[in-house]
Amino acid sequence: MTIYNGKRVIYMTVKQLSVFCENRPGRLSGITRLLADNDINIRAMSIADTKDFGILRLIVNDFEKTLQVFKDNDMAVTSTNVLCIRLADKPGGLADAMECLYKENISVEYMYAAFISETDETAYLVLRVDKLDTAVTALEEGGFKLVSDDELKKL
Amino acid sequence: MPERLIWDEAHECMSREEMKKLQSEKLVKQVRHVWDNVPYYRKLMEEKGVTPDDIKSVDDISKLPFLSKADLRDAYPYGLLAKPLSECVRIHSTSGTTGKRVVAFYTQNDVDMWEECTARAITAAGGTKEDVLQVAYGYGLFTGGMGIHGGSHKVGCLTLPMSSGSTERQIQFMQDLGSTILCCTPSYAAYIGETVAEMGIKPEELKLKAGIFGAEPWTEEMRQEIERMLGIKAYDIYGLTESSGPGVAFECCEQNGMHINEDHFLAEIIDPDTGEPLPEGTKGELVFTSLDKEAFPLLRYRTRDVCVLSREKCSCGRTLIKMAKPMGRTDDMLIIKGVNVFPSQIETVLLKMSNATPNYQIVVDRVGTTDTFEILVEVSPDMFSDTVKTFEELQKKISSDIQGMLGIRAKIKLVEPKSIPRSEGKAVRVVDKRKLV
Ligand SMILES: [Zn+2]
Repeated sequence: MTIYNGKRVIYMTVKQLSVFCENRPGRLSGITRLLADNDINIRAMSIADTKDFGILRLIVNDFEKTLQVFKDNDMAVTSTNVLCIRLADKPGGLADAMECLYKENISVEYMYAAFISETDETAYLVLRVDKLDTAVTALEEGGFKLVSDDELKKL
Repeated sequence: MPERLIWDEAHECMSREEMKKLQSEKLVKQVRHVWDNVPYYRKLMEEKGVTPDDIKSVDDISKLPFLSKADLRDAYPYGLLAKPLSECVRIHSTSGTTGKRVVAFYTQNDVDMWEECTARAITAAGGTKEDVLQVAYGYGLFTGGMGIHGGSHKVGCLTLPMSSGSTERQIQFMQDLGSTILCCTPSYAAYIGETVAEMGIKPEELKLKAGIFGAEPWTEEMRQEIERMLGIKAYDIYGLTESSGPGVAFECCEQNGMHINEDHFLAEIIDPDTGEPLPEGTKGELVFTSLDKEAFPLLRYRTRDVCVLSREKCSCGRTLIKMAKPMGRTDDMLIIKGVNVFPSQIETVLLKMSNATPNYQIVVDRVGTTDTFEILVEVSPDMFSDTVKTFEELQKKISSDIQGMLGIRAKIKLVEPKSIPRSEGKAVRVVDKRKLV
């Protein structure tokens, strides 16, 4: 059961890259320029910051390549498995998803909106939760559509 | 045959009175030798109004002038030589990363004395003629390789003169020839340990039992890490090219301070600012007088290492005075808000946060009459987490550990990898803006 769940969880998640960056002028444009120069397409992005530093979180079209680019440029980078939910195009879509997680006692560490495709008008939400496997099961049973890495590539 | 636990029991376990008598006899002779043969030092003595007649015992040592690294540079290359070159058989030299190199000369007697010192260190680490001793210190101008090598021969170990580098080959030899003692710098020992793990070899598959590591500063945490990775007991060894090389002092089974070979090297602790001798047990600058060296006999040489001497009885049976691991160098010492701060103390705190010592920079400034104390710490991938909270906790932890160690508060700023400026490949550790004002 656990093993099955483990595989399933990895399959139903997307890989996010987090980069440590100092809060100084031009840093963010430098990083996005670096990605553009390497033909990397940013699918979703958020910044969590304090006075001195920030963590830039990214979902990109080519995870491995981006990881290598960051490493080659001596940046502190880590990867995290996060959930990417496609939200129903109706009022209360987000509230339903939150409620579904709340019922299972899952806490959301952070979330942000993703703009995955220009043609697709559906809203996507990236979530990092504390109990990944429980969350996958709960959301799927609740009828929510989770996007996997493979699907993400095709979008 | 019983195991020989102490190499030279007559000297290593000598009574205090006998030792003092021996040191005094040697000192009187040595001062005369220097006066007669080293015009550079004779001039320093004359300036201080001292002649060899004033030196009757070790109690008169403080009458003699100091020698500093600057003197060694001034006198380069032959200014402090006390024997004709025809009687010298070897030189060694410091790495000379800053300023001019220091070149030290050795007669055959000097080499023999030095090798006796390293033989004592090897024996104290449990080495006997049954052992296979792998020397992974560099050979050459650097004293590490040749110094340990000679001592290893005296003890009768099977000596593997590997020199440093080619780590996989080192490990191959370690396995094939069953090395029992490894000698190298602590950072190289740690690297060998990591490589052993990467190659999928368990420490118990190696025959290693001990390591003798020196030539660079290392912490207690690093010792435990090396001991765990290689399954050995790790012993510290101290020395400097100016006084011969490794073996001036060495650790015994207690692993708590290094016994100084004081029948050859007379140690003092002085106040680095005033030059006044300090009582035993007080922290200060370590000063050495070579009692036996013929070719390069330095009297009252200021090592710039800051440490404490102790004459407390040691369970190993040796009566030789012990020096604590140097806590820093006088030229690295900063006084911030009236407190002595050594970069090595910051390093000790940071080492607990990460597997590798993170790069850091201490920035000291003065706003009005108050010192500001900031430490920039490069974030390494192994301390990385995805949440801001973890980084803030890391910042707080470093800050409170620094305060616990030094008693003053530092502002911790996390910065990106490789963002601290490098000089000759090493991160610039200290920026003291107060000196610019
Ligand atoms: Zn001892």
